[in-house]
Amino acid sequence: MSSPRGGDKEGGRDGERQIHVLAVDDSSVDRAVIAKLLRSSKYRVTAVDSAKKALELLGTEPNVNMIITDYSMPEMTGYELLKRVKESPTLREIPVVIMSSENDPDKINRCLEEGAEDFLLKPVRPSDVSRLCGRMRS
Amino acid sequence: MSLMALREQLNGLVNSMFLEGLLDDQFEQLQMLQDESSPGFIAELITLFCGDSERILAELTKLLDQAVVDYQKVDAFVHQLKGSSSSVGAQHVKLACVQFRQFCEEHNKEGLKGIYFFRCLRALNVVKHEYYLLRGKFDTMLQLEQRIQAYESKQQI
Repeated sequence: MSSPRGGDKEGGRDGERQIHVLAVDDSSVDRAVIAKLLRSSKYRVTAVDSAKKALELLGTEPNVNMIITDYSMPEMTGYELLKRVKESPTLREIPVVIMSSENDPDKINRCLEEGAEDFLLKPVRPSDVSRLCGRMRS
Repeated sequence: MSLMALREQLNGLVNSMFLEGLLDDQFEQLQMLQDESSPGFIAELITLFCGDSERILAELTKLLDQAVVDYQKVDAFVHQLKGSSSSVGAQHVKLACVQFRQFCEEHNKEGLKGIYFFRCLRALNVVKHEYYLLRGKFDTMLQLEQRIQAYESKQQI
């Protein structure tokens, strides 16, 4: 499992750079679930309710090790967010994971072709998050 | 009531909710995430779910009350509620939403709008029934948890 540089201090304080995950979901319930799942794996989490807010945050704080985003969101979808991230020279190295309640093979393939790191089917559970741990940007 | 009796009551309630199918193993997985560092996680999640659900049910009631029903908007809201109920493990609510969405889709295909409208109204009532049933049990669950936590913190003093 990739861990912060140096020791395995809980929370990664005292100069250790903790892995930072940006979670994007317009549903407050799903945001609470994904944030909790990630925090239980000792990641630092910022959770926002739109792709627009995600891009604003990435503009000011590019030190994000992974983005996990819902696919279906009003205004800008997770797919569109994925494309914007992969098109950006400063952001493209950040792995992007898509979450969706729909098991649609075309949708999944489109996301993977666009460079998504993984595709998680909702409801997201602890085993889904464990499988992401080796794929954070270091 | 003693601490042990309170705990037994809470376990009994939660077990019966699993047995009756009100909750599925997604809820069980989420329960396991609650620990000393986040003792209020389940309570917070339940509160979020209930607030969200009641907002959506109010919107659905308004939408189905219109002279001309916008079934796309109806479907979008039911989809949201299906998503959040699935995420917390509220199985009966989720299943009622699945049924409701089927009626929305059928309405879009068929010409007999009257019949499908009433089916959608009925489906909404089923969702409300399942939600409020669950909500009542969640309320009891949270009250018991609060009493247990109050007891436990007194014991620690």
